Amino acid sequence: MTAKNNGSKCLYCGACVGVCPVQAIILKDTRIIIDKKKCINCGACVNICPVGAMKIEK
Amino acid sequence: MRFVKLEKKYDVVIVGAGPAGLAAAIEIAKEKINVLVLDRKQEIGCPKRCAEGLGLGWFNRLNLKPKKDWCVQTIHGAALYAPNGKGFQMKRTETMGYVLERKIFEKELAREAVNAGAKILLKHQVVGAIRNKNEVVLKVEADDETREVRTPLVIACDGVDSLTAKMLGLNTKLDLRETDSGYQYEMTGISGYDEHLLHLYFGTDVAPRGYIWIFPKRNHTANVGIGIGAYEEKTAKYYLDKWIAQQEGLKNGSIIEVNAGAIPVGGFLDKMQAANLIVAGDAGHMVDPIHGGGIGIALEGGRLAAKHAIKAIQSKKYSEKDLEPYTQDWYDTRGNELMKRLKGRHLLEQLSDGDFNYLAGSITMEEALKIGNGALTKKDKLLLFSKKLVTRPGLVKIFMKYMKDEVQKEGGVKL
Repeated sequence: MTAKNNGSKCLYCGACVGVCPVQAIILKDTRIIIDKKKCINCGACVNICPVGAMKIEK
Repeated sequence: MRFVKLEKKYDVVIVGAGPAGLAAAIEIAKEKINVLVLDRKQEIGCPKRCAEGLGLGWFNRLNLKPKKDWCVQTIHGAALYAPNGKGFQMKRTETMGYVLERKIFEKELAREAVNAGAKILLKHQVVGAIRNKNEVVLKVEADDETREVRTPLVIACDGVDSLTAKMLGLNTKLDLRETDSGYQYEMTGISGYDEHLLHLYFGTDVAPRGYIWIFPKRNHTANVGIGIGAYEEKTAKYYLDKWIAQQEGLKNGSIIEVNAGAIPVGGFLDKMQAANLIVAGDAGHMVDPIHGGGIGIALEGGRLAAKHAIKAIQSKKYSEKDLEPYTQDWYDTRGNELMKRLKGRHLLEQLSDGDFNYLAGSITMEEALKIGNGALTKKDKLLLFSKKLVTRPGLVKIFMKYMKDEVQKEGGVKL
């Protein structure tokens, strides 16, 4: 399980980066990079995302 | 080929070219200190994560002159709307604030910083930071290359998504319970609202644990946005779209910009410094805890950061303890006063739609502002309780809780 970003919804606002407790998310240009090894599937990024672009996926 | 090159060493490196970073850069550059501002984005002031309102109080406090170039609307008051549609408003003849065009405002700040001697580099992202002896080595990525920059002092103004401070061991993480999810459209071709008022809409169906705003710009254009609690099941976008679709004056407008972002409304970081590091702006949660506004606070925080950075550089002292007076100074000059407003928001969040409807019909705007500011006098409280809240026991309970701390301070007076 890991967080996943939907590029067609994402506005690259960085909200998910700010709430990630383990710094698994990095925003670079218009890319959200999620470090699967660091991700703890807590769902904080899903909660904060204003547009529903984050999901926890198997 | 670049005109401004990334050098190997600077006296100060500021990460983030927003209001806090640029305000700090201006003050530091004036002291002839070698300062660099880095930003990962491609344009200063854009994309905004902001509704762009700035009250006149901030202009006075910061000695900032409003200019037509970036003050695109004069604001004369505010209108609050309860869930039942009833509203109360305050409108004065004099100007009470402005709605800004941030991409113009911040570019002006950038020009001012550069004129004073600062260097700015865009599309330069800090991807690593480590301490080495009494300085920081930043890893900066640009043009497919990663280069090292050394500096004894980093000022992290890199916003809600700040990673720089975290890389240097200062935890700036947002508590989800104290963070709002924000979403906004800049719309044009809209009507049906007073263009010189800020409009705020409340209600659990409208914006759970938050509010919807219309911040007008000129020519039938406005920032129409929403902030809601992060834990809501549906997204901020869902609530805003639903609401706009029901507004006659808005639903046929066109969207000319889409903005989003997290709003750190839980109050400032306890500690805004670490060795070789100070934090300002959204990265330090420098946002008004009641309404989420942050431009003025970021400018003030940036200037204060500069004051302490200059001291540190002149004395060559960068330890955590040496930089501690910055955090202290922030709380003394502004932080403590603004933290009172956190209680105001916690109170707002407990109100039901019925409470809101009742309050909209019974309290005045002046009273609402005093509650928000944590500035009710003993007389105000007595009046509020005996005349206005007494018929709604639920409200009395909420207000009692809100005032408990102050009541205890006043020697256990029971209201």
